[in-house]
Formats: sequence, C-alpha cells, structure tokens
Amino acid sequence: MQKRLANWGNYPAITSDENAFTQEEQLREYVLANTHMIARGNGRCYGDASLGDHSISMLKYDKMLAFDTEKGIMDVQAGVTLDQILDIIVPKGWFLPVTPGTKYITVGGAVASDVHGKNHHVDGAFSGHIIDMDVLTGSGETICCSASQHPDLFWATCGGMGLTGVITRVKFGLKQISTAYIRQTQLKAKNLEEVIRLFEEYKHYTYSMAWIDCLQKGDSFGRSILIIGEHATPEELSAVQRKAPLTLPAKRKLTLPFNLPSFALNTFTVKAFNWLYYGKNYKREMHKVIPYEPFFYPLDAILHWNRGYGKAGFVQYQFVVSLEQKEGLITILKRISDKGWGSFLAVLKVFGKQESLISFPMEGYTLALDFPIRKGLFEFLDELDEIVLQYGGRLYLSKDARMKREIFWNSYPNAGRFADIVKQYNSNARFESLQSERLSLTK
Amino acid sequence: MPTILLLGAGSDMAIAIARRFAAEKYNIQLAARAADTLIPQQQDLQVRYGVSVTTHAFDATNFSSHAAFYAGLPAIPDITICVFGYLGDQEKAQQEWDEAATIIDTNYTGAVSILNVVANSYADRKQGIIVGISSVAGERGRQSNYIYGSAKAGFTAYLSGLRNRLFRSGVHVMSVQPGFVNTRMTQHLTLPPLLTAQPEAVAQAVFKGIEKKKNVLYVKWHWRYIMLIIKLIPESIFKKLSL
Repeated sequence: MQKRLANWGNYPAITSDENAFTQEEQLREYVLANTHMIARGNGRCYGDASLGDHSISMLKYDKMLAFDTEKGIMDVQAGVTLDQILDIIVPKGWFLPVTPGTKYITVGGAVASDVHGKNHHVDGAFSGHIIDMDVLTGSGETICCSASQHPDLFWATCGGMGLTGVITRVKFGLKQISTAYIRQTQLKAKNLEEVIRLFEEYKHYTYSMAWIDCLQKGDSFGRSILIIGEHATPEELSAVQRKAPLTLPAKRKLTLPFNLPSFALNTFTVKAFNWLYYGKNYKREMHKVIPYEPFFYPLDAILHWNRGYGKAGFVQYQFVVSLEQKEGLITILKRISDKGWGSFLAVLKVFGKQESLISFPMEGYTLALDFPIRKGLFEFLDELDEIVLQYGGRLYLSKDARMKREIFWNSYPNAGRFADIVKQYNSNARFESLQSERLSLTK
Repeated sequence: MPTILLLGAGSDMAIAIARRFAAEKYNIQLAARAADTLIPQQQDLQVRYGVSVTTHAFDATNFSSHAAFYAGLPAIPDITICVFGYLGDQEKAQQEWDEAATIIDTNYTGAVSILNVVANSYADRKQGIIVGISSVAGERGRQSNYIYGSAKAGFTAYLSGLRNRLFRSGVHVMSVQPGFVNTRMTQHLTLPPLLTAQPEAVAQAVFKGIEKKKNVLYVKWHWRYIMLIIKLIPESIFKKLSL
C-alpha cells in the first residue's frame, strides 16, 4: 500500500509502498520480485536511512523464539522491539546489554545502526553482544552469520543500515541484574573542561552521559550535568521497592497528539535544565535510586515528542571525534553556540574503544543535538561537517538525512571495503535507501 | 487452565487473538495448513506468556479430515475461534471456477464442516464457546467482492442458526464482523483509517465480547450503522451503484 513515511525527525517525508510479512517465505518472494527496497523497523532512526521506494515493514515479524533464563540469551525475529523484550527479561533478572535512548526500536534496527548506549565505554556497542543472526540477502538466500561465521557479512551488517539484506533473526546475550532500578548520581560541571575531567574521573561507572547547555559563553562554556549510574542492588532499594525488586510500578504515558509550534520543545528543555541546574537546594552532587525507565528512556515518557519540533521536522546532528581531538569538539560546540540554531541541550558522551567495519562509534567524544529544519540549516551543517572531517571525526548514519557523499567517503575509513561487501550480498542493488543513494553506496 | 483453539492460526488477526488469550494464561492450540510455519508463533507465545502451546495441521478445504483433526487434539478446547478466510480475487473468480470454488470452500463450506464437528462435541458436553470471524462483506452483495461476500453471508447465517440451536445446550456462539482490518490480507488496499481496526483491537474486542457473551460483534461501532444504511438502500437503486 502506498503510504506517507517519515522517520523520527519528520524529515524527509516520502511516499513509499509498504509491505509487511509474517513468514520468511513471504519476505523471500517479495525480495526476489522487487528492487529499491529497504527494511524498516519502528521508524526511530532520525533521517532517511530506512526510507525507500519499497519499504519492508519488519513490525509483524516479531516472534520471540527462545529465552534462556539461565544463561541470559535471547533469540528473536528482528521485528521485535526492545520494549517488548524488556517486559519479558527484566522480571527474570536480565537487562539489555546495550540500549539507546529509546526502547521503541526493533532489534533489527539496533543491529543495522549498531546502536550504543550510556555504557559504550564499558560494554561497547550492540554488535559486541550478538551471538549470531540471519540475513536474507539480495539473492534470496538466508545466511546465518556471526563474528566467526561469514564475518564479512556480519561486520558489514552491524551498522550497515540494512544494505547487505534484511536482518531477520538475532540471537544476543543479556546482562544480569538483581533489581529494575538504577543508582544514579548527577554532577554539576561548570564548563566543558570540568565535565571532560569528570567523565575521566567516573569512567569506571557502567553508565555515563552528560547534558550540555549549548548557549553558555565564556567561563561557563559547556556548562553541563553529568549523569552516571549503576544497576542498583537490592540493599540499595527502599523497603517498598525491595518487596518486588524486579518489578516497576505501573505508570501512564503522555503523548503529544499534534505538532507543536517549533519553539515549544526548546522552551521545555530550557526550563527542565535550569530546574536541574539551579533548583533549590540542588547540590553539586545528587544521588538517588530510580527505576530504569526514566534513567535510560527519559524522552519515551512523552510519546511522539518529535512533534514538538513542528511540521517541518528536524535533524539530529551527531558526530564523534577522537580523544586527542578535544579541540575539534570545542570548535564545533563554539560554532553551534554562536549560531544559536541548535537545541538548547546536547548530549555529550565519551565512547570507549571499538573495532568495527562501518559502525559509528570510535574512542572519543560524541555530541548529539537537534536542529529544527530552517532556511540555511543544511549549509551551516555542511560547514560543521567539514570541521568534523578536519578533526578526523564522523557522523552517525542513523541520524543523518543530509550529509554529502564526500563527507561520508572521507570520514569512514572502511567505506570502500564496506561498499564492496554490500555489492557482494546485494548484487543488483535490490536494497537501497534514500541515504544509500545519496551517499553513493548502492549506485 | 482453559484452552483455546485457533483455526487459521497464522493470520495477523489470529496471531493477535492468540496473544490476547495467552496473556490471560489460556493454553493455546494453533491450527493451520502448514503446521511447521506455526513454530515461531508457538515459541513466541511460550516465551512471552509462559503458556502451553501446541501446533496442528488443519486444511479448511479438506473436509473429510476435519473429524479426525478434532479428535486428535490433545484436549477439547473450551473456546474454538474460526479465523481462517480467503479474500481471493473477485474478477478471477468470475472467470475461473477454481478461484470461486476456493473462496466458497474456504469461507463457507470448510467453516461449516469443521464447526459442525465442534458444535456436536460442545452440544454433548453442554459447554463451550464458538466464535466465527465473518465479514461485513456478507451483509449485502456488491459487485467488487460478491463471491467472497456471499460465502461470508452463508457463514453469518450458519453462525446465527448455530447460536439458535446451541442456546439450549448452554453453548455460546459469537459472530464477529470485523470491518476493515489492517492485515497482510488487506495491505494492497487503501483503507479509510477511521473505519480500519488493528488486529490487536479485534483481539481485544473478541476477548471482551466473549466475557460479555455478545451475539454479534462489530469491532468498530461505525460498521453496524454503515451496514444498516447499506442494507436500507432499495435494490432498484443499489444495483446502479458502483460499490
């Protein structure tokens, strides 16, 4: 059926022929009969990576095949979303090994983007926890791959944005927990120097990230709140929580039913940040034990928060530069702050080491923030891209909707090798997205 | 724990219904033509809900196999839901008898054949619930799908008669008229969003409908009135419409 599709940034929006399937045979038939297809999960990547003329909706391919509650291993069809998995595993004392800032993504999407979380510096990206997975390639053949079995296909599929084929099944390891709560510490940092120092000081913590205020200048440039956390032990819970340590109290969801005028979300975040930063009695350091949901998924509490940016949509800009290129981070943040077009808040995180072919993370600083679509924005982001490139960094393909092809090819060191593997498994360029066309990965 | 049998268990609607009942700790019997295609669904229900799930080969159009199929079930199901159906291709069915026969055999004859067996068993036990997923297409024949519609009309009448017959035995029969449902069967059609239900909504309506012992269930309430209006149009006018 022809359908209007857009991902989380509401930009770009296209008309696409959407097809769902429940049996692998149905998928194979469809793949062999079409070209210009791309698999699409829950549409939570921000840009155009999962948009194409033909859209293979994975959402009905959502069966959980096995859950080993002893060893903590989950085997699922790729259309299962992380929130459904959490509902099953948390009560049994397991957690996702890696989770991004939303739980409303499919497992297939987590692999295709090779998502990272607040624990990247300790646990790496999602790909590091995959035991094996099935990919239905351009020839219609389903290939089981892992780090040791068809490793070329495996590594080109992790972070490969669906270009090697359709990820149909993923088996991955979980993390053991004894409670559904997080022991969280928030630390105020006066400026960028201090927050970077704090990241270093607290790097033994499993989870860490910082909210950074993009509007401050001078001595307060890069004023931030560092948030670190550990899975809480039963002893750290209150008496009430301890009665059912693996169960969270039920709560209702808010939803944004329509698009807000585009200034609304910034007003909201400004207020939230100021409240955190200046709040009465707010100490430099604050400790509390909170359920895992607000810790990992603060924005999931408001369904459709993306509508807060209005109808024109937004792009999220996320780049990484190596630890040695702190200068690059400062330069870019200055440009963003001077321009004043970005969201007031950005997320800063220090990645750990990661071996990969085409995944986004590498050891260094990553910064992410939103830019509502406006005239002149893409020209400005092109300028930022040049600086990222100059400092040896790169952009996250899952957030990208506009990067120029040269930037991609010059910033991802293995782009050529990746494109070769894609060609091998996706011979007639059956799998193709707006992004892969734009970046000349499938043309 | 009560047990529910789903006939035509591989469809989007059946998948949703199975999950809804599994969430209430029903044990599930899944039946479809190729039983092996049901294995992922069986595993899914076990992993998510921890209930016991069995799979069974069942061919709606192989009428003579139905008695043996029912006798071979590991337990007599407390609820039987007949979900299978075949939309087919109206134009093809006008030209080729095989297509017309498949539509009729699947939607009507096959359903009658298996539900006769189930009904007799439930009548003997003086308990049980039978649910038939029919269609609003059966409420008036329209040129765009009257072969499917007439088969569903037959099925709707069958369910109504069955409900009448089994009432005194304490067996309840519920007919479901889902209206448009967003499934693989309809994904090539452009459906009006307001009148289109998600499979999960159908599942929820079926579950609630059984609780409330509904006789005829419309998933989206609009449909009851839409069909009322459609049925009120005089035939002399109706025949000139392109519906």
